Amino acid sequence: MRHDHLLSAGQLTREDIEAVLDRAADLADDPGAVGGRHADRLLALCFFEPSTRTKMSFDTAMKRIGGDTVDMGSVESSSVKKGESLADTVRVIEGYADGIVLRHPSEGAAKLASQFVDVPVINAGDGAGQHPSQTLLDLYTMRERAGLDDLTVGIMGDLKYGRTVHSLASALTNFDARMHFVSPESLRLPRGVRFDLHDAGAQLREHTDLDEVLAELDVLYVTRIQRERFPDENEYQQVAGQYQIDAGTLERARDDLTVMHPLPRVDEIAPDVDATDHAAYFAQAHNGVPVRMALLDELLGDGDAGAAAATDGGDSR
Amino acid sequence: MSDAPDRELRISKIRDGTVIDHITGGQALNVLAILGIGGDEGIGVSIGMNVPSDKLGTKDVVKVEGRELSQGEVDVLSLLAPEATVNIVREFEVVEKKRVERPERVVGLLTCPNHNCITNADEPVESAFGVVDDGVRCEFCGEIVREDIGDHLAVH
Ligand SMILES: [Zn+2]
Repeated sequence: MRHDHLLSAGQLTREDIEAVLDRAADLADDPGAVGGRHADRLLALCFFEPSTRTKMSFDTAMKRIGGDTVDMGSVESSSVKKGESLADTVRVIEGYADGIVLRHPSEGAAKLASQFVDVPVINAGDGAGQHPSQTLLDLYTMRERAGLDDLTVGIMGDLKYGRTVHSLASALTNFDARMHFVSPESLRLPRGVRFDLHDAGAQLREHTDLDEVLAELDVLYVTRIQRERFPDENEYQQVAGQYQIDAGTLERARDDLTVMHPLPRVDEIAPDVDATDHAAYFAQAHNGVPVRMALLDELLGDGDAGAAAATDGGDSR
Repeated sequence: MSDAPDRELRISKIRDGTVIDHITGGQALNVLAILGIGGDEGIGVSIGMNVPSDKLGTKDVVKVEGRELSQGEVDVLSLLAPEATVNIVREFEVVEKKRVERPERVVGLLTCPNHNCITNADEPVESAFGVVDDGVRCEFCGEIVREDIGDHLAVH
């Protein structure tokens, strides 16, 4: 991978993805493999909206590769509250750290930030836009469970505002995947995402009912339908129930179906699914650390040293 | 200018400047907006709206006196008026006909219709749109604008 920033999954080629996943697999086996190359390096965690687990995952990953983190803290306690622009904030933080992880409520925030700083910017979620590091760990999990080629993937829930969905769908166009999108009519994929998928020649179909496709799926990726997206409670209650699965639902699925979820879940996956062989969502969350270690090693690495330290198959530069 | 003399009488001839013809009916004011012409520049501007046209049914015509449009300016017109033709006039004669071509990107001209797009926050950046098949697309949030591009003009 030779990028300065990770802003969206659309910038990742199949080679980029495989390089990070291979490296992540190496690091999962041997976390010490990175050596001391990141000993003096600092990663800034800039979370303009709260996300405990994504932040902790980056924090852990950075520390596991030998570096350290500085945390902007909550927006309430920072100068952002006083109306400072994002452009100013990141230009100041650039002076403190070797890389910036940015979570922000507005679409395009990471791209904007990247135009004002020279250190790598990693988009850790921009509004309803993208969440590419999540996608890398999703793909890692999928590859472990089902491989990445010749897959039939169902993606269900809030497809309109679900940034993890937008990134995942975009990345899957690099592989031989048949995509089925299952959502209420009002939460279908946005026009821009559909445009990219068609542009990439993706095979996709859209459904309102999971039963139309459940039996075909290798992977079912579930996301939460957010109550606050609906103008009135009744409308929410009408759709929400249709997109919940439990162990009973999965009796109609293939035995080797993998069920994934970016977490946190509320009630879209019943607890009785956890004990089945289908459940991959906790392993998926744990995979965030080695995948982000590999990603940070790549983006913060100093070119040649990175190539030299990379183990077999993990480097495509 | 000589192809339909009876109709052209609706708007007087100009000595030097630019005549933009075959504008999609009703888009003349947006064309002026996209060119940044507000009327207070002291230059002569004539507008014919919904003029009968064999080609378009009705069309708009804009004549700007004393100003020759650049190719870049002409190209952004294509977003609003793909059929437009542009004639540069000197001493009452058409000295150059410009073709309208779709630009690859449009910077600073349009505002993003996605209210949650970072370009609509108070940040020191210009909007940027890539031109796609039948519309434009925000380079920041990916939002696609197809219809009524004129409604999203940032210039006035
Ligand atoms: Zn936008």
